[in-house]
Amino acid sequence: METLIQLSYFLAAVLFIVGLKAMSSPKTARKGVMWAGVGMVLAVVVTLFHGDIQGFSNYLLIFVAIAIGSSLAWVTAKRVQMTEMPQMVALYNGMGGGSAGAIGAVALMEAQRKLVESGDSVIHQQMGFDIAVLAVLGGLIGTVAFSGSLVAWAKLDGRMQRNSLMPAQQIVNIVLFAAMVLAGIWVLFSGGMTSIVVFFALALVFGVFMTVPIGGADMPVVISLFNALTGLAVGFKGFVLGNAALIIAGTLVGAAGMLLTHLMAKAMNRPISNVLFSGFGTQATGG
Amino acid sequence: MIEGFTALYIFMLSAVAGYEVISRVPVILHTPLMSGSNFIHGIVVVGAMIVLGHAATPMEQLIGFIAVLLGAGNAVGGYVVTERMLEMFKSSKSEG
Repeated sequence: METLIQLSYFLAAVLFIVGLKAMSSPKTARKGVMWAGVGMVLAVVVTLFHGDIQGFSNYLLIFVAIAIGSSLAWVTAKRVQMTEMPQMVALYNGMGGGSAGAIGAVALMEAQRKLVESGDSVIHQQMGFDIAVLAVLGGLIGTVAFSGSLVAWAKLDGRMQRNSLMPAQQIVNIVLFAAMVLAGIWVLFSGGMTSIVVFFALALVFGVFMTVPIGGADMPVVISLFNALTGLAVGFKGFVLGNAALIIAGTLVGAAGMLLTHLMAKAMNRPISNVLFSGFGTQATGG
Repeated sequence: MIEGFTALYIFMLSAVAGYEVISRVPVILHTPLMSGSNFIHGIVVVGAMIVLGHAATPMEQLIGFIAVLLGAGNAVGGYVVTERMLEMFKSSKSEG
């Protein structure tokens, strides 16, 4: 069974690469998304037989979660107007980021739970230093992409004031970023739940603060950036779980997304740094 | 299981593949492609399923549940939205 699962992951990875390639040409784009879809279904179905999945209640939870998540997404995606597509991409991307963030949280919580039985005192000993760093980093990127994408969605959907900016936003953001990174390091060297909770809370807040100053016209570029970041986070989760399908698909999207972000910014004649930090400059001089 | 340097090599080669595959894309396809790649990272649902699969405490189960729910939403929503975008793309092309 294990071989069959790995073989299916391999096939899914091939389908993702070929599908993405096909999607970059107008003639073959529709076929491309279909191939990627086949790869996705295959990967999800074989995962149901994965040896790590144990216990009736966990199986039940998996089925219920998939049923709720996919039917909600199906209905909203079918119903939405064509003009509202960009914010829907932001919303679904945010969900992916949130999923990667939550995987990071569970992985860290699990390591924390196992501390007592393994006799280690801090999390990085339990997980192995490199894996712990990737769990924290992937959790950070995924969580920031989650809350950031939700803000992007809310802005494009007209649910949020366009110019909701605080005084000294740039300084606040830098302080928040530094605090978030420090909390991430704290997680590695602590054995308690507090650090994990503080770290994820800071990442959520930073994602919001980072996106709030950015104007609506620049949003597609920012969504593309979050898309790439989510891909990267998924890739890192692949390392944590030792899952090649996640590493390949996530990294593929991470690299392609970064390039795509760059191309989109170039098409708008603006460097990415300008898009990300423009809100700071204009408001700082104005206020 | 994929570990250590093997994982690093996979990471590097996937990044190159992602970069190369996209490098010559026309501007009109930027948004559909963003949506399409958004769908592909919906594979995160597989990781979420595995994590929820060996969750042992109610808290882990709760967060794992959220992970699977969000991941499934990413995959399904991403697919449907991409499909609809490309559909529009095709019809507008045949009209013109």
